[in-house]
Amino acid sequence: MAGLGDVCLALALLTCGCGIGASLYGVRSGRMEWCDSGRRAVYLLAGILTIAFAVLEIAFLRNDFSFNTVADTSSTTTPTFYKAAAVWSSQEGSLLLWAWLLSLWSSLALFLTRRRMRDIAAYATAILLGFGAFFVSLMVFYANPFQTTSPAPVQGAGLDPLLRFPTMMIHPPMLYSGYTLCTVPLAFAMGALLARRLDVEWIAAVRRFAFAAWLFLGVGIMLGARWSYSELGWGGYWGWDAVENASLMPWLTGTAFLHSLMIQEKRGMLKVWNVSLALATGTLAIMGTFLVRSGVLNSIHAFGGQTLGVPFVCLIGVLIAGSIYLVVSRRGLLRSEHRLDSLLSRESIFLANNLVLVGLCFVIFWGTYFPLISEALTGHPASVGPPWFDRYTVPLALILVLLSGIGPVIAWRRATLANARRNLLAPLLVGLATLGALLLLGVSGKPGALAMFSCAAFVLACVSQELQRGVRARRATTRESPPQALVGLVRRNRKRYGGYLVHAGIAVLFVGVAASSSFQHAVEPTLAVGQSAKVGAYRVRYVRPTATITPKYDAAHTGATLSLGAVVDVSKGGRHVTTLYPSEGFYDSGEASQGSVGHFIGGQPVSHVALDGGLTRDIWSAIAPNIETPQLKHIIEVANRTIPIVRPDEGMIAIAFLARTYLQSPPPAQFHFIVSPLVMWIWIGGLIVVAGALIAIWPAGRRREPVSIRRQTRLGARLEAAREAKYRELRDLELDYHTGKLSDEDYRLTDAALRSEAVEILEQLDELDELEEPLGPGALEQQDRVEREQDGEDDGPAVEVALDHRAAPERALAAADAEGAGEP
Amino acid sequence: MNPARKRTVRLTVALGAAVVLASALIYTSFSAASPALTPSQLVREAQPGRSYQLTGTVVGGSVHRHGATLDFSVADRAGGTQIPVAYTGTVPDPFKEGREIIVTVQRQGSSYIGEANSLITKCPSKYKTAPPSQKQSY
Repeated sequence: MAGLGDVCLALALLTCGCGIGASLYGVRSGRMEWCDSGRRAVYLLAGILTIAFAVLEIAFLRNDFSFNTVADTSSTTTPTFYKAAAVWSSQEGSLLLWAWLLSLWSSLALFLTRRRMRDIAAYATAILLGFGAFFVSLMVFYANPFQTTSPAPVQGAGLDPLLRFPTMMIHPPMLYSGYTLCTVPLAFAMGALLARRLDVEWIAAVRRFAFAAWLFLGVGIMLGARWSYSELGWGGYWGWDAVENASLMPWLTGTAFLHSLMIQEKRGMLKVWNVSLALATGTLAIMGTFLVRSGVLNSIHAFGGQTLGVPFVCLIGVLIAGSIYLVVSRRGLLRSEHRLDSLLSRESIFLANNLVLVGLCFVIFWGTYFPLISEALTGHPASVGPPWFDRYTVPLALILVLLSGIGPVIAWRRATLANARRNLLAPLLVGLATLGALLLLGVSGKPGALAMFSCAAFVLACVSQELQRGVRARRATTRESPPQALVGLVRRNRKRYGGYLVHAGIAVLFVGVAASSSFQHAVEPTLAVGQSAKVGAYRVRYVRPTATITPKYDAAHTGATLSLGAVVDVSKGGRHVTTLYPSEGFYDSGEASQGSVGHFIGGQPVSHVALDGGLTRDIWSAIAPNIETPQLKHIIEVANRTIPIVRPDEGMIAIAFLARTYLQSPPPAQFHFIVSPLVMWIWIGGLIVVAGALIAIWPAGRRREPVSIRRQTRLGARLEAAREAKYRELRDLELDYHTGKLSDEDYRLTDAALRSEAVEILEQLDELDELEEPLGPGALEQQDRVEREQDGEDDGPAVEVALDHRAAPERALAAADAEGAGEP
Repeated sequence: MNPARKRTVRLTVALGAAVVLASALIYTSFSAASPALTPSQLVREAQPGRSYQLTGTVVGGSVHRHGATLDFSVADRAGGTQIPVAYTGTVPDPFKEGREIIVTVQRQGSSYIGEANSLITKCPSKYKTAPPSQKQSY
């Protein structure tokens, strides 16, 4: 079986090599069938890696300990659910997961773009296969998941108890999907630069994958925070740990990219910025993957495994150098077509939002890599802690939230000042009223949290105002009831209203974050049975101890041999609120050196948190029972001496005796209680964000109008994409006007300008259709090649050297661009 | 001022502000950071009143709990200088003798006080690439 896995890896490497060669040859020589081969190589890679992954997964489920990975991270006593998840708990397995997800998402991306942008897609194929080859090579040469030992050991080491939590099943796949999806925009951006084509068509294709990457990465980060909070023993959801930061950074640049992409689509501006963001997001994703495996930085997550550091540094070096070279050498193509029309426009708010996001990313980057930087500069590695991060990220987050409320209220292109002032007034008052109400209610002492609450209220007011105005505008023409109008409005403008919902979700999320971090009460009392302690407004009492011996009766279903815990009664003002059952699981270490009975509980102890979640507050509890009292240690010592290791059943009786002794005379245990207000709203906010993102990303039914064969040439496709973008701009303008963002005068002016731009594009499309030349076989490829050669001589903004019969549309396009570039 | 000039001014102001803010950030990070030192380095260089990140291995037999305080000694990975640390706060699950830890400490005379909730324990290498040692089969 392991042989099959090895063969798959070798075949995968071969497929990557062939695919890269085919795509590059096809795109350089203009023979499209080679590019198609390259694309099919990606599909083949996905198939091969699926088989490889299945081989490994089956080995885990079958307890095949001849596989080194299985022996290291699984055992017969590991519950089946965790056996399945143990595949990605090791270096080798997680590399396989990464490579497999990369191949799946790349296949999807290339399948969806198989008919368009053949040249860009061909370069992107080569780059994605390059990443695939890198990760498969890591497996083949450094960390092979299919390495075996013979004879096979009878028992494995078991999954690290710290990982035996349900989220283990989903957090890594989601996070890795996010990381691998981040490489798709990078590949297409590099492809576009290499093919020298950065037009509207590229944007439309790349946007969807950037969005998917953003969504999966965001979900992965939220799951990590949720895991940390509800399942790990420290009670927090974010610690500014190096690995947490590493996943947040590409998410921040991805968010910036999604916004600035809209500007490039509408106004042809910020091309350098966009391309750089796409490249940065992909590079940061690779850096995030690298951090966990290199031991370069101290982190809860990053341990050991120094061997992979060098290849990753090389890859990152190549990516950075390649990106800089491409952007600099193609800067002629990246000149803006227009300038910012007005500082009071949604475009400029987006620019501000981009600056804040990149600023946040820089702060986090600096703080995360500071140990390396300070070691390089001063010789001593030094690190900055959470207070430093909070000091700089909190003000930036406040500005970001504020902008996310202002943006929806300002019109595209050029807003009318009077209208903007009027539209912002009501939400501003809501924000101030919230602040006043909170101060009156006695919520004070934390200016940061109060500021965040007011900003969030402002954003929610802006979003609801937008929805209300949109519904009113729609009902003015269609005679629908408000709910129908709302549904119709959102259906028709998915991206806009999905985006607004995402902003609302972020505001809610930050309310949860601000409240739970600023107004938390935490205590760590040592309590004997019957004693109680005060946490905030609650009283917690240690009622009695609990003990279970497993695996059959393991409360957490994680395969712990022994679980010791407590029954804790929580009351407020004398009234019973809830009962919590925190416990600590003790696991089998499998090491005979700890004694014939000692090994049963000598493994990694893991805290099982008891949480009472509510809409207004969470009560979080954890226990660290004292298992090393003289009495209990004596029991283990005697058992070790008298019970032979080959009688595990008798050993378990000794453990049962230990448990009973613990119950009869429980020593004082150390507890940790935290009461945090509004934590639940962090998760609710996250769900709202996901809902908004799904609405925005949902594909609208495409009208299939008969497309003339001419339109499949590069010029035709470019014009079609530009036409669609122009129509969207006109619709957006109309909606902006009807929701009161523009005065009549401004609306008329901008409408006229947009319409004349649209007419130009339509005229060029007509001329293209009217050309008499009949198309023979191979004519499309011929035409593409001719166009490509012409573009290859380019160094200016879309000025193309005209061939005889194609002079007219070329000149018109060039003239339109020249006009645009000349605008102040 | 013509529009092109206005744009240049705006760009310069924005870039200038970014540079100033970035410099402020970079400057403060050096003073706010706690250097990471091993026990042997800490003994030589620690100044009272400053925080340091102590990294090392927990010495076997040195772990004692007195009420809310956990006492333990930290040595270099290769053995040698031992430093006693008195720590109060959350003790992470993986904490054990022989494990590598990171704790923020301040010097007080010849002993070191650990800052509350600053103890991080590294797991034994999860991402091992070496073959496993023989496991006892029974």
